[in-house]
Amino acid sequence: MKIDRRSFLSFLIGGAAGTTLSPLTWKLMDDSAIWTQMWPWTPVPADGEASYVNSACSLCSGGCGITVRKIDDRAVKIEGMKGHPVNNGGLCILGLSGLQLLYGPTRVRTPLKRVGQRGQGRWEKISWKDAISEVAETLGDLREKGHSHTVGFISGSDRGTVPRLFDRFLTVYGSPNLMRTSSIIDSYELTLHLMQGAQALPGFDFENADFILSFGSGILDGWGSPVRMFRANSTWCNTGGKVIQIEPRLSNTAAKSDKWIPVNPGTEAALALGIAHVIIKESLYHAEFINYYSEGFDDWKRFVLGEYGPDSVATITGIDSTTIIALARSFARASKPLAICGRGQGTTPGSLNECTAVHALNALVGNINKKGGIFAVAEPDYINWPEVEMDVRAAAGMQKDRLDGAGSKKYPFSRYLLNRLPQAINSGEKYPLKALFVAGANPLYTMSDSKAVKKAFDKVPFVVSFSSYMDETAQNADLILPNHTYLERYEDIPTPAGMPRPVIGLSRPVVEPQFNTKHTGDVIILLAKAMGGNIADAFAWNSYDECLKETLGYKWRVMVEKGFWSYPDFFVQTHEESFDTVSGKFEFAPKETGSLKQFKPVNIEGDKTNYPLLLIPYDSIRLANGVVGDPPFVMKSVEDTVLKGTDVFIELNPKTAGEHGLREGQLAMLSTPVGKARVKVHLFDGIMPGLVALPRGLGHTAFDDYLAGKGINFNELIGPVEDSVSGLDAAWGIRVKLAKA
Amino acid sequence: MSALDDNAKEIAEDAGGEGVATSSPEINQKEQDNRSEGPIILFFILGLFASLILGWIIFPKLLYSKKKQPIDFNHVLHVAEVEDGCESCHFFREDGTYSGVPKLEQCIDCHEEIQGDSPDEIKFVEEYVSKGREVPWLIYSRQPDSVFFSHAAHVKVAGMDCVTCHGHIGESESLKIYEENRITGYSRDIWGKSIGGFKKNTWDRMKMDDCAECHRKNTAKIERAGVKTPTNRLIDHFIDVVYPGTSKFGKGSSVQTERDACFVCHK
Repeated sequence: MKIDRRSFLSFLIGGAAGTTLSPLTWKLMDDSAIWTQMWPWTPVPADGEASYVNSACSLCSGGCGITVRKIDDRAVKIEGMKGHPVNNGGLCILGLSGLQLLYGPTRVRTPLKRVGQRGQGRWEKISWKDAISEVAETLGDLREKGHSHTVGFISGSDRGTVPRLFDRFLTVYGSPNLMRTSSIIDSYELTLHLMQGAQALPGFDFENADFILSFGSGILDGWGSPVRMFRANSTWCNTGGKVIQIEPRLSNTAAKSDKWIPVNPGTEAALALGIAHVIIKESLYHAEFINYYSEGFDDWKRFVLGEYGPDSVATITGIDSTTIIALARSFARASKPLAICGRGQGTTPGSLNECTAVHALNALVGNINKKGGIFAVAEPDYINWPEVEMDVRAAAGMQKDRLDGAGSKKYPFSRYLLNRLPQAINSGEKYPLKALFVAGANPLYTMSDSKAVKKAFDKVPFVVSFSSYMDETAQNADLILPNHTYLERYEDIPTPAGMPRPVIGLSRPVVEPQFNTKHTGDVIILLAKAMGGNIADAFAWNSYDECLKETLGYKWRVMVEKGFWSYPDFFVQTHEESFDTVSGKFEFAPKETGSLKQFKPVNIEGDKTNYPLLLIPYDSIRLANGVVGDPPFVMKSVEDTVLKGTDVFIELNPKTAGEHGLREGQLAMLSTPVGKARVKVHLFDGIMPGLVALPRGLGHTAFDDYLAGKGINFNELIGPVEDSVSGLDAAWGIRVKLAKA
Repeated sequence: MSALDDNAKEIAEDAGGEGVATSSPEINQKEQDNRSEGPIILFFILGLFASLILGWIIFPKLLYSKKKQPIDFNHVLHVAEVEDGCESCHFFREDGTYSGVPKLEQCIDCHEEIQGDSPDEIKFVEEYVSKGREVPWLIYSRQPDSVFFSHAAHVKVAGMDCVTCHGHIGESESLKIYEENRITGYSRDIWGKSIGGFKKNTWDRMKMDDCAECHRKNTAKIERAGVKTPTNRLIDHFIDVVYPGTSKFGKGSSVQTERDACFVCHK
């Protein structure tokens, strides 16, 4: 028998027939179909028991209630809490992405001590015990030498039990240098203090207002409590409420408003006074309020009528005088008008000039402490701890002037002036800062003139960060004592920004701490105990949770159940009792400041010849620019006309671009008196000629690969400009030069 | 003659074309038959058997890897101890979802201390209970992620018995070897022990055809219960599935369910 080609073919045919009759092919086809669903990069949600935890979001000052869905022990989705007074079921893009901060790679997993140079990123893991005793030792030494006042503390907030623990610690330790991250809230607090004699937060009754005059406030770009603002905007759409947006750039808010009025940047205060001029001149103001409940109106009236006629305001602001007059009339004639300020997300305080001018408009139409108006909301007084007993050292330390100059002769009304700290450290005019603690803040990213801030930090020999994430400040610290993230800890979240009545949210642990982190409240208590003496006595609690529970008292149970506490008995004060000024009335020209001193325009940095254009920042709900940066999900939502690859785009009017010979997508070099940056050009008809706009929230050097190294940090290009009355940072932009790169 | 020869030549050319010059067509044909028929059939049979053996015997052995469960488990012993049968441990949660394989939390009540002296029990308590680690059970009935299956609909609403799909696992004294499909990662029990897909019992296989088989059989019962099931709709309204919207009885593009089409069972 000979085996030839034909036998072989026959074998194959037999094989094929056999294979057809065997399950092999059919089974393999089925398996390969299932295999395609098994690729390791295909996300498969875990199966398990579903549960929900009510908590509060503290990624911004919005104070939204959240409901976190869990499968077994893993948090899988953050949703807005239904029935919450702030957001009632809604949530913003950052809040939705919070799980990426919890489970993402940017977490600091254990206490770290720097080994290499500052900022080099070389760390050594240390135990909590060692970390706390090291801090206690350093602080003990300083106190021993009578240098307790050289310890500074930067906190993201000064309300709630945790910031109050910082305050308590510094007081009993002996340092006046607690500083709060600044924002438009600073200017509003000061305005309410000067004009109404109130120590309170501004609360806006947006839901009941029907005419919103927004001086650049990004109602849909993250101003105030963002989700509440979105909801309020929807309400206006349904009820016919009007939004007038005054800003030099067509922001999302401007695009969705009823009328967008482009204004020369920085002249908003003049416009507000121009509107006041028309209202006074045409007697459109609320006579009852002005006559019975205000003081200094005549002086102010003379000032406004004298200097802010529609024609001169038109010259300053670049807005038609007829538009100004029409705007004033419609504002004054609306049934519930409300004027607000705070550019973009309100992360910069702006000038006191502007804030008081805008607030005066509200007074003119008599909507102070009234439905649909603006309220002075006093902080809820649930934190009643026994007074601390200060020893001699503490008393001596507290006697010292604050390093930032708040409360000094020059700036007697301001409580915190963080913007002045870098300069105070760098100039060394008062005293050096020997230790600095940072909690709930990322000053090395968020403060303007990054270079000067970095230089100041470098001069402080001992920097401690309490950050949960490896942010810019943590990167440049000597010691990181990582806090639990907001999804792993208890904390009270008092009144959200802009709420017209007090609400305390409760942040609750949704999951067990994922890493070797510790609640900053606990760290402060342990630190106090380690230091002993009066300091330890001031912190009698065994843990932060015990402190919180005790502080909230009967509210605790309700808060655990509902997720928040709202004050059912909160009532609106009548005009007779709401003003605590010297006159007992609303003061148009506060006597404390020397009458009209606050109405002074602010000049920004740079001269016109060398820097012919104006650089302004803009905010977007898709770009977080506070204590955390964009998590990857949010980063994905940034348009490619804002960021492409690692290049950030500036917005430029085609006319201005033409004058500079720049085309769409072309590279350009931006130079300001503070810094330089390479950017790409995006032509945009929605920005006034002569302006350059750059987004905030990019240019991080820390966090994960999705965020770091992309774009430019606006703060590298701008420096602070001190307001002459408040001392707060009044800069709204900076002069800039643009050239082809 | 010459005409006949010519004719023969033509035929030869038609038949083979080659070797015309050397031999006559008759001899050629005979030789060919002798040479090939036997081996061709033999090789065909060889190929047939080889592939059948490969497909039916060797292939399943290659396709599945054998894994032992982390610890052995005696269902008989446990069923005797509990009151509610299977549902004592494989229970429905308050929200109606099905808990599946028990977690440590359920075992811990009795097994905080070592019970008896079986090596598996000692391993269970020492390795898992005292360390608080969940046992990584290998689940025989785990369906691919694309499958959505509601235990509540079948057990609570239709009143089906666990045995119908899961067999008599509750009567087993030890856990069988877990055979994992090397390609898909799922258990052999889904396709069924028989590689040819033959089944004797309802619980022998857990593929879509098996869902369909039961749904087809119970169409009347299911419809009486007022439950819309994908499969009986598919059978009843075949036209609507193939040509959506053409039939006057059709209710939109998703005839099977009148709402989510395939996505009732497929994620």
